[in-house]
Amino acid sequence: MRAFPLLLALALAVVLTFLTVPIVAIFVDSSPAELIDSLGEPGALDALWLSLRATATALAVILIVGTPAAYLLATRSFRGKSLVVTLVELPLVLPPAVAGIALLAAVGPSGILGGAVEGAGIELSLETAGVVVALTFVASPFYIRQAMASFAAVDRTLLDASRTLGASEARGFVRVMIPAALPGLAAGTALALGRALGEFGATLMFAGSFQGITQTVPLAIYDRLGTDFDSALALSAVLVAVSGAILLSVKFVQGSEALGGAPG
Amino acid sequence: MLRVEAQTRLGALRLDVALEVSPGECLALAGPSGAGKTSILRVAAGLLAPERGRVLAGDETWLDTAARIDVPPERRRCGYVFQEYALFPHLTAWQNVAYPLRGVPRRERRERALGLLERFGMRELADARPRTLSGGERQRVALARVLARDPGVLLLDEPLSALDPRTRAGAARELAAVLREVEAPALFVTHDFAEAAHLGDRVGVIDAGRVIQEGTPSELAAMPRSAFVADFTGAVVLTGVAHGGPNGLTRVDLDGGGHVTSTDRGEGPVAVSIYPWEITVEPAAAPPAPGSTRNHVSAEVLSVTRVGNRVRLGLAGPQPLAAEITGLAADELGLRAGARVTASWKASATRLVAI
Repeated sequence: MRAFPLLLALALAVVLTFLTVPIVAIFVDSSPAELIDSLGEPGALDALWLSLRATATALAVILIVGTPAAYLLATRSFRGKSLVVTLVELPLVLPPAVAGIALLAAVGPSGILGGAVEGAGIELSLETAGVVVALTFVASPFYIRQAMASFAAVDRTLLDASRTLGASEARGFVRVMIPAALPGLAAGTALALGRALGEFGATLMFAGSFQGITQTVPLAIYDRLGTDFDSALALSAVLVAVSGAILLSVKFVQGSEALGGAPG
Repeated sequence: MLRVEAQTRLGALRLDVALEVSPGECLALAGPSGAGKTSILRVAAGLLAPERGRVLAGDETWLDTAARIDVPPERRRCGYVFQEYALFPHLTAWQNVAYPLRGVPRRERRERALGLLERFGMRELADARPRTLSGGERQRVALARVLARDPGVLLLDEPLSALDPRTRAGAARELAAVLREVEAPALFVTHDFAEAAHLGDRVGVIDAGRVIQEGTPSELAAMPRSAFVADFTGAVVLTGVAHGGPNGLTRVDLDGGGHVTSTDRGEGPVAVSIYPWEITVEPAAAPPAPGSTRNHVSAEVLSVTRVGNRVRLGLAGPQPLAAEITGLAADELGLRAGARVTASWKASATRLVAI
């Protein structure tokens, strides 16, 4: 009987070692001074700046369009709703390379909608706008899924109360539903942010890897792998720090949700 | 005036009702859960669209399915108090109250919300969030919020059921004061007949989607038209003032004369409740038998209603009473309307609730 708890502890030790050693190695393999030094290189700064801009733009698009769409899916029932939800969630399980090919086939230069996109004067492939499209495509389901769950968890009588108190549904959405669902929406935002920041495959296939234009941090890391390992390590360290910060903020938000989410 | 007519299917339930409430009047809808009470309120507020129906409020038509009129909830001036109050958790008490005040300048909104909270003795808690408030405090915020809307109609969905028994009596008193003051017609939903009798001018008993009997509380208790109403109307409720008496008993001087004794403790204004089947009846001519029964009230028989194998007697004493006896006893005593009787019951069958 005493062997079993020991076995459990051993399993946890293996998991912990396996998952943390590589991350710790990033910071141990080269000195902090070397890391900071290689971040000063123009290509690395370009990649960081591009990742920041593209991710922020993609997140803005996801929040503005995804929030009302998630609200609709959470509060209405209609025929074929589960099919719609499945379609929205599909990119979650799609291999990133497939996502890239799919985007090329749809809005690439020779894609089925490529002509229309070009006609509208929008350049996507090999342009920063293409990076934004790729990030939005892969990251939005993470946000929409979480937002749907948070809207669905809000007590519907709050919306009823808002309406009987003279507010239109649109006003109730802004004044009541969004604030009540906020912790969940923030968690969804963090998940989408994490996914967008780490995006590699779809961006590479759809937008390419041009320094300062489409080369985000993950692409820059891959680019430096053979030539400048220290620089790749430095960029990786930055991503680890940012990802850790995102994870902590999700935990913090969910912690305060557990404290503050008691029914009013 | 509020008129609600609705016919609609709700799952297994077939709702078919027509109700009318006058200004200043409170109609209590009482019935078991699942009888369709809340659905009637939702139809009135526009939160539920019936297959067929009409909702008229004053000279406005809010719903007329035949004429394809359906005013959205936000444009019906309804003060709807939800069962769990539905306060907005992210807003403070005063912000909740100010929610319906649109198009009012910022500073005035706060002043008016504080004024309404003041009325319910809640001004000190104006900046508190709903989750930090007690059930009774939440009810007061909900009432203040509804009054801020200046409602043409009041709809109250079991506003007392979320409260613990200790705070319920006080909250019921406050609610009664609001109902007296507001001139809007009020519809009040409850599963508790005693609550309906206390707060409603009239009571409609609802079962399986229909109003099966409507009348004043004492009419319903004295003359139930069905066994369901007889069972549901349950206890007879009298009001009076309690004083501590000898031997640890409580003496209650009834409003309208007479007194009763109870084993419950009480002081000040109380509601006295007795189940009709605890009350025995003897012809008034017979002297009270020397027995263990402490309470004797002389009364006139107003009505004799057969309910299955029982007979419900409506009695006119200092306050209306109802007694329930077997059909056999009623026949042997030759009871009919106009007969003088003495109604008796034990002090230990006499429940007291402070009001």
